[in-house]
Amino acid sequence: MPQPTTPSHDSQSEAKPAAASPTPTPGTSTAPSQLGPETRPSGELDHLAFLYRQMLLIRRIEEECARAYAEGKIGGFLHLYIGQEAVGVGAVAALKPEDYVITTYRDHGIALAKGMPARAIMAELFGKATGCSKGLGGSMHMFDREHNMLGGYGIVGGHIPLAAGVAFASKYRGDGKVTLCFFGEGAVSIGGFHEGLSLAALWKLPIVFICENNEYSMGTPLSRSMSVEDVTTKALGYGIDRDRFFASDVLEVEQRIAEAVQRAREQSLPTLVEIRTYRFRGHSMSDPAKYRTQAELEEQKKKDPMHRARARLSAGGYAETRLKALEEDVETEVADAVKFANESPEPDASLLEETTYSGPFAY
Amino acid sequence: MRLKRGVLRRRGLVPMAHMIRLESVSEAGTGAMTMPQMNMVQAITDGLRHAMKRDERVVILGEDVGKVGGVFRVTQGLYEEFGDERVIDTPLSEGGIMGCAIGMALHGLVPIPEIQFADFIYPAYDQIVSELAKLRYRSGGEYSAKVVIRTPIGGGIRGGLYHSQSPESLFIHVAGLKVVCPSNPADAKGLLLAAIRDPDPVLFFEPKRIYRAARGEVPEGEITMELGKAAVAREGAHVTVIAWGAMLYEAFAAADEASKKGVECEVIDLRTLWPVDIDTIVASVKKTGRVVVVHEAPKTCGFGAELVALINEKAFLHLEAPPVRVTGFDSPFPYTLENDYLPLAHRILPAVLRTAQF
Ligand SMILES: Cc1ncc(C[n+]2csc(CCOP(=O)(O)OP(=O)(O)O)c2C)c(N)n1
Repeated sequence: MPQPTTPSHDSQSEAKPAAASPTPTPGTSTAPSQLGPETRPSGELDHLAFLYRQMLLIRRIEEECARAYAEGKIGGFLHLYIGQEAVGVGAVAALKPEDYVITTYRDHGIALAKGMPARAIMAELFGKATGCSKGLGGSMHMFDREHNMLGGYGIVGGHIPLAAGVAFASKYRGDGKVTLCFFGEGAVSIGGFHEGLSLAALWKLPIVFICENNEYSMGTPLSRSMSVEDVTTKALGYGIDRDRFFASDVLEVEQRIAEAVQRAREQSLPTLVEIRTYRFRGHSMSDPAKYRTQAELEEQKKKDPMHRARARLSAGGYAETRLKALEEDVETEVADAVKFANESPEPDASLLEETTYSGPFAY
Repeated sequence: MRLKRGVLRRRGLVPMAHMIRLESVSEAGTGAMTMPQMNMVQAITDGLRHAMKRDERVVILGEDVGKVGGVFRVTQGLYEEFGDERVIDTPLSEGGIMGCAIGMALHGLVPIPEIQFADFIYPAYDQIVSELAKLRYRSGGEYSAKVVIRTPIGGGIRGGLYHSQSPESLFIHVAGLKVVCPSNPADAKGLLLAAIRDPDPVLFFEPKRIYRAARGEVPEGEITMELGKAAVAREGAHVTVIAWGAMLYEAFAAADEASKKGVECEVIDLRTLWPVDIDTIVASVKKTGRVVVVHEAPKTCGFGAELVALINEKAFLHLEAPPVRVTGFDSPFPYTLENDYLPLAHRILPAVLRTAQF
């Protein structure tokens, strides 16, 4: 949970890289961009390996974020996706590349899954001009127009009606795109959730609302913040379809979300899906998570869907050498992103003007 | 009030906590013998505890205010002391929290809702503007909704666009609301208790940048301070600098540097933003003829605009130079460029010198 930590200005006191040093662009990353159902590997195992790679990439990027945060290179608030990777990876795998995704402040993982280059994410976190928002946004506010990642949003529930609007536009234009809207179970108590669902239901919009229920809204367990245990009961009042399951198997996540996506694409109908998951870290970097026991955490870690995916690959005959190669490849990509972020320049204050209005405004 | 502080920070090179060693002795403090040292967080907790002990009608509600003790730990220990009926953990529901608080107040309770960050207050803004601010008026003065809304404001922790804003003018603009922003622990406790005593709704803005950095003596028990009184925090003959909250210390830093160049600043800590203590401001401007207003919020329609207008109305013929505002930019609050955006001493100083030389 956000608790103020002494801000570190280490990153700012570092000398900026010399102007002459070449600045690689995020686009040159080696990351495979998101693959659509038509373009992805054919065999089941190869596909699972691809999903495993995505999950591992997210986990490793998040671990590097934690390290950079401790070193003061990332400031403010940092919410990690560790433990929840199967949700974002599985759900986004059910999409076509041109579909839309919109999410909360816990957004690095979903941005990566949607194809955003690790470089752009890391650089944004480091507050560098090469970041996805030119270093002006930071952790909670990832954005990537190219990959139709419509952003991470720091105001809980604020993006849910926006998502309905995006889906409305798809329906209006008949472009056949689907919108995935992610949020935590904490958001279910705020008006934006209900207003977004109400509109999507009334106008039959092509959208899938995905509640990532990681059991805690900051320090408050679900049992103390909602009168019912099943989030999807909220769908009943709006008369929309619903689904509910544990994110233990990334392939299952993909398949169940694919059903909802199909309903959205083919019938233009919304669905509310609750996916039970668990975050292995605190709410944010400054949360010691004292509200849960170590035993509970250890129990959950045993069920880590990422490890399950790896075990399944091994059991299915995916060669250990290939797994190792894949893992090394991820390490290379992560190291490249960190290096890129470290070496990129900081933004200039003049950016504030051009990013606030489309024309000049200051006087 | 006296404040000691460290050297003027070079831009962004010294972490905030090292920059200010703020030992303040506010007006509230004078009189008592030995007083405990506290930071802002502890002083506010102390004020809340005192108010709850004194008056059973006082209840606290908000997200994670109970068991967890609040994200900034301001309500720590109160849940254990007063129980879950008086320190109420709510779902994530700012509109609900605020609406409920207003209803509680109508029924004679004294609710103190906490909004985790002022940036999250907008789902409750409708309740505050449409209902809370208007209850006294629409009931012909029969009802007053005595609600004290506590919420942290301001930048300095690299929180970016949703964890850094200073929305005071959005509330000052709404008739019927009072707005407070203390700069030191003793004032924080004193003004909180004054807000709780006050019959009108009060927005109590806590400058998060100095939550733990500002330390000072805080009187035990009751403190009798009044809302609506500014403090002349430093006397000087040449330029009046008006600031509040965390930026007060930046004003001091700039004043120290200006003094080395022969320019003496009179620094006013506004403490209550609305109703504003215009008499103290006018008295100072009549003396100096020059004024610089400092605030974190964007310039356009920020509270500085109102202050300058009031100064023009009430002390125009005493002015020797155009009043100047040193403020945040007219942009969302940036993640990286925080030290450019904030009106820190390095931006206040040139404005002070230019105004002095005008
Ligand atoms: C409107 C609003 N209120 C409060 C907050 C502070 N806050 C940020 S995250 C959070 C908890 C959200 O929990 P949940 O929706 O379950 O998502 P999770 O963090 O578990 O992914 C709170 C209270 C906020 N960002 N916005």
